[in-house]
Amino acid sequence: MTAPIIRFDDVSKTFMRPDGRGSFVAVENLSFEIAPGEIVAVLGKTGCGKSTMFNIVAGLIEPSSGKASVDGHDPFREFEYFRGKIGIVFQGDRLMPWRSALDNVLLGLQILDTNDKQARDTALRWLARLGLSGHENDYPHALSGGMRQRVSIARAFAVDPNILLCDEPFSALDEMTARDLRAEFVRLVRQSHKTAIFITHQIGEAMEIGDRVLVFQRPARIAYEARLHADLTAAERQTVQQQIMAVLSQEPAPGA
Amino acid sequence: MKNTRLIRGLQAAASMLALAAAWQILSWFFPHFLFPPVPEIISRTINVLVTGSLLADVLLTAARIFGGLLGAFLFGGALALLIGRSPTIENFVSPVLTFFQGIPALSWVVFAIIWFHGIEFRVLFIMVMTTLPAFTFQILDAFRSMSKDLFEMTMSFRPSRWKLFRYLIVPTILPGILTAWKVNLGNAARVVVVAELVGATGGVGYELLKQQQLFDMAGAMAWTLQLVLFVLIVQQAINMIEAWALRYRAVSERAI
Repeated sequence: MTAPIIRFDDVSKTFMRPDGRGSFVAVENLSFEIAPGEIVAVLGKTGCGKSTMFNIVAGLIEPSSGKASVDGHDPFREFEYFRGKIGIVFQGDRLMPWRSALDNVLLGLQILDTNDKQARDTALRWLARLGLSGHENDYPHALSGGMRQRVSIARAFAVDPNILLCDEPFSALDEMTARDLRAEFVRLVRQSHKTAIFITHQIGEAMEIGDRVLVFQRPARIAYEARLHADLTAAERQTVQQQIMAVLSQEPAPGA
Repeated sequence: MKNTRLIRGLQAAASMLALAAAWQILSWFFPHFLFPPVPEIISRTINVLVTGSLLADVLLTAARIFGGLLGAFLFGGALALLIGRSPTIENFVSPVLTFFQGIPALSWVVFAIIWFHGIEFRVLFIMVMTTLPAFTFQILDAFRSMSKDLFEMTMSFRPSRWKLFRYLIVPTILPGILTAWKVNLGNAARVVVVAELVGATGGVGYELLKQQQLFDMAGAMAWTLQLVLFVLIVQQAINMIEAWALRYRAVSERAI
C-alpha cells in the first residue's frame, strides 16, 4: 500500500475564547490518512472544525497536541518546505484588489521566483483553461463572483502543487455556476493526479467530488467514512447518502 | 466625468475669486499697509518667483519640507511596522509618540535652538519631531487594516519576508501612506515657517520675519502665497499619484 501523503495522529486543537474566558476544543483526537492522488471530501455542519483541520494541513495553525504530517513533514514547523507544494482555494476568492486577474494568478509564481516569461505564460494558460481569456487585465471588482473564484482556482493550480486544499470554494456561488466549476475542478484535479482535500457542507457536492467522504462531528472527529468507488450503483450511492444524512442529523446545531 | 471635473474647477476658481474680491474691497476702505490691493500682491508674488535670489528662498523651504517629511516618513514607517509586529514595542513606543504629539511645534523650535548649532539640522529635527507621530500612527492604522484573509492567502504560498512586504504589506499600506503625506504636508508647511522664523537665516519663514519688521503686508502676503502655491502643487502631485496607484478601486456612479 502507498504511504499516506497526509496523516493526522490524535490531533487536537484548542482555542482561547476571544474574551479570554476559557477555551473551546475545535478538533479532538482526530486521526486519518490520505493517500497520494486521492480526493477526499470532508463534510460537516458549520462550526464542526473542518476549517481548523484545513488550517492545520495548510500549516497556518499548529495542533495543540497530536501529530499532523504532510509529505512526511510538519506543515507548521517546516513551513518553508511546503513552498510550491500546497495550493489553496479558499471559501472567498481572496483576490488582491490592487492586482488584475493576471497579476493575481501570477502571485504564487512570483513568490516561487519563476522566470517572468514562464510565469506569465503559465498564468495566461490557466486563465484561458478556466475560460477567462479577455479578462486578464480586469481588476477583481470588474469580475463576477464566478469569474473571481475561477481566478482563485487558476492561482492555486498555476504553481502546480502536489496537494490542493479547498475550503468550500463554491459555497458563495449560484448553483449553476457552482456545478460548472465543480465539474471543471474535478477534471483538473484528476488530470493532474493531485491529492485534494475538499471541504464542504453539501452532501451532493461531497459525493460528486470525493473518492472518499469523511463526515465530521463537533469537535472535529470522524463520525462516518465512505469510499465512493466509480462502480457504485445508484442504489448504493443512495444508501451512502442516507447514512451521511443520518449522521449529520444526529449532530446538534452549533451553539446548542 | 470630464464635465464634473470642469464644474469642480470652476467652483474652486469662483470661491478664490470671491476671496480676492473681498480683499480688494477691504483695500478700498483700509490703509494699504493693512490691506494692500490684490494687483500689488500678485505683482510681488510674481516678483518672488522670477527673482533668482528670492526663488532660492522658496526652494530652500521646499527642500526643508521634503527633507523633514521624508525623514519622518522613513522613521515613522519603520516604527509603525515594528509596532505592528510586536505588542511589547507598541507598549514602549506608543506612549512616547503620544507624549510627543502634545508638545507644541514652538517648543521643538526652542529645544532645537538650545541643543543644536547647524541651522539645517535644527530645521530637520523640528520637522521630523513634529510630523513623526502622525506618520507613525497613520501607517500603523493602515498596517492594522490589512485583511487577515489576504494575509493567510499570501502566507499559503510561503513567501519570504521581503516578498510578503513587497506583494502584500506595501500595497495594503499605500493608501494610508498617501493620506499621511497629504495630511502632514500642510502641517509641515506651517511648522517649517515657525522653524525658519525663529532659527534660520533663509527660507520663506525668514523672509516673512523681514516683512514683519518692515511692516510690509504685500510682501508678507507674497511670501505666504509662495508656501500656499507650493502646498497646492505638491497636493496635486500626490492626488495624481494616488489616482494612478489606487486606480484599481471601484467607483460608484452614484455620489454619496
